Amino acid sequence: MKLGKVTGRVVCSTKIESFEGIKLLLVQPMDEHLVPYGDPLVAFDTIQSGTGDLVYYETSKEAGRVLETMMNPCDAAIVGIVDTIFTENNK
Amino acid sequence: MILAKVTGNVVSTIKAPGYESRKILIVQPVTPGGKPLGRSFLAVDTVQAGTGDTVLVIEEGGSARMLMEEPGTFTVKSVIAGIVDDVLYDANS
Repeated sequence: MKLGKVTGRVVCSTKIESFEGIKLLLVQPMDEHLVPYGDPLVAFDTIQSGTGDLVYYETSKEAGRVLETMMNPCDAAIVGIVDTIFTENNK
Repeated sequence: MILAKVTGNVVSTIKAPGYESRKILIVQPVTPGGKPLGRSFLAVDTVQAGTGDTVLVIEEGGSARMLMEEPGTFTVKSVIAGIVDDVLYDANS
C-alpha cells in the first residue's frame, strides 16, 4: 500500500460495465512526511473518501478485489482513510 | 520478499473490508547492511512488529491473503511476514 492525497474526482459517463456505480478519485502519491512524489493516478473508491483526504491505496491486480465481483479490470483502489501517522521523527 | 525497516505506523478508522483490527506500518526497504533503498510504503502487520524493527515483507497478493487467512475481497498486497533478528552476508560478494 502507498499513501496519497485525494486531489479530485473523475467522472465518466461512458465506461466499461464493471466500473458502473464506482467512484473514481484522483490520487497524488505522498511519502510519510506528506511530501508529494510522482504522477497522480486514478483509483477506485469504495469507502467514501473525498477530496482533501489522506488515504492509502493498493495497486496492481489486488486492487480489483475491493468489489464483490473480485475480478475487475482495475489497477488502483483506495482501501483506507488515514487519521494519524506516527513516524520515528514526529511521535 | 524484501528486507525493510519499520519507520512508523498509520492509524485509520474508515477502511475497506478485511482491514478491520489490522495494524498498518510504514516500511522503508533496506539493503542487507541496513541502508535505505528506494521509497517507503505501507504493509499490514501479522507478527506484532513495531517501529525500529527490521522485517521481512512480502509484496504479492496471493501470499498476503494466505497469511491473513482471509480469502475473498480482501484487497491486500504487502504484508510483514517476519521480524529479522540478524542478516548474515558477505559484504564483498
